Amino acid sequence: MKDFLEGSRAVAEIVRLCKPGLISAYPITPQTHIVEELAQFVADGKLDSQFVNVESEHSAASVVLGGVAAGVRSYTATSSQGLLYMGEVIFNIAGMRLPLVLTCANRAVSAPINIWNDQQDSIALRDSGWLQLYAEDIQEAADLHLIGYRISEDKSMMLPVMVCMDGFILTHGIEVVDIPAQEEVDRFLPGYQPLYKLDVDNPVSMGLLADPDYYLETRYAIEETMKSSLDLIPKVTAEFSKVFGRNYNGLIEEYRTKDAERVIVAMGSVCGTVKDVVDELRAKGRKVGSLKVTSYRPFPAAKIYEALKDIPRVAVLDKSVSLGSYAPLAVEIKASFFGKKRSPQLISSFVAGLGGRDITRDSIKEIFRLLSTKERAGEFIDLKPELLKENYE
Amino acid sequence: MFGPLISKAGTSRNNKTGSWRTESRPKFLQKNCIGCRLCAVICPEGCIEGAEKNAYHCDYAYCKGCGNCALICPKQDIVMTKEEAGD
Repeated sequence: MKDFLEGSRAVAEIVRLCKPGLISAYPITPQTHIVEELAQFVADGKLDSQFVNVESEHSAASVVLGGVAAGVRSYTATSSQGLLYMGEVIFNIAGMRLPLVLTCANRAVSAPINIWNDQQDSIALRDSGWLQLYAEDIQEAADLHLIGYRISEDKSMMLPVMVCMDGFILTHGIEVVDIPAQEEVDRFLPGYQPLYKLDVDNPVSMGLLADPDYYLETRYAIEETMKSSLDLIPKVTAEFSKVFGRNYNGLIEEYRTKDAERVIVAMGSVCGTVKDVVDELRAKGRKVGSLKVTSYRPFPAAKIYEALKDIPRVAVLDKSVSLGSYAPLAVEIKASFFGKKRSPQLISSFVAGLGGRDITRDSIKEIFRLLSTKERAGEFIDLKPELLKENYE
Repeated sequence: MFGPLISKAGTSRNNKTGSWRTESRPKFLQKNCIGCRLCAVICPEGCIEGAEKNAYHCDYAYCKGCGNCALICPKQDIVMTKEEAGD
């Protein structure tokens, strides 16, 4: 049923339809509305789930880890400092091969304290063994939760999925969203069937010591499973479109890239603004396009190579930084072409929107303009040089 | 693909930690033992047992030679001996 919903409400509605038996979370802006709604559903008897109040995100993550280990579909959501506070448990959940869906309402990381959107929080945990899927709009954010549970609980996977949605822009924005019926969701997402679980009648230990004779293989297994998820994700999204009628590739999405001479690559909600600018410039006869990366982990390097190998000039727009090196998305896009037969003549990297600085149509046009000049490496867009004159000597 | 992930109950017994023992091992003299069980209780490996006095012994497959049993024995009926001396 179509409804005019806040992004957080849409996610809460979808999570309710996924019937998690356990929810645990700690409030943090801009994620709070999601779990407030879910707590209300539980209190109103609209969702048969145990909602565990905790004193921190570290505990919230630990509670859902225990829930999945006991064989129960679980859910949590967080943001920024909260996600980093979950950090060691985030690694544990993946290492113990426990399927879970977590919503990351993407927000800048302190210090200085900033509650607004960029993607530094989830990017900082990119090496944790979680799949990371980035949503462009509220409908996709909601749908990625359904898709996420299916992928995560697939018996060949058993890895957690982080659905990343830009804080405020998507969590507090309001759009028309199609919320499916319970029967449709049940058809797409059957109940969780654990491959292993904690059971007093059949006791097992999970996540215990793996000395140098064993640890390496646990990492190799996750890496190989991540690679195989590149095949699984499009299969699941194809099945999703059969049931719900909405088409996602799940890995990347090309927009007007055929015959394009300049293409911007980005992740998340900014892809919508980029598409608008592409339309505007195309109307003026400019050969421009865009590429959205939905799946940052696993990173679809082969798909990206195919999509961009004949594009002369490519700009990568990052909403996070790897301080002291290349921007996180840019470095992986560039690596996709190293040693290959074909490649863009130029790949420029731009950083924008940190700490919630608006990325406007003019910001995107500036990137297209700079893309026509020499190569840029991690160039900051919309920088205010007047703020860089403080002196504390 | 999965690597080592789950362990069934009791499988730590497969790990013969007595191989970590390097310098010394306890010798149960079984002469002045009063059956107080302090050695069995304090053993961090839980590998000392015995039903009555002068019958206590340990399982060298798990004993790491920490010496706690010899230290706590009120009758000095357990002594630490050089590992290479064997028993």
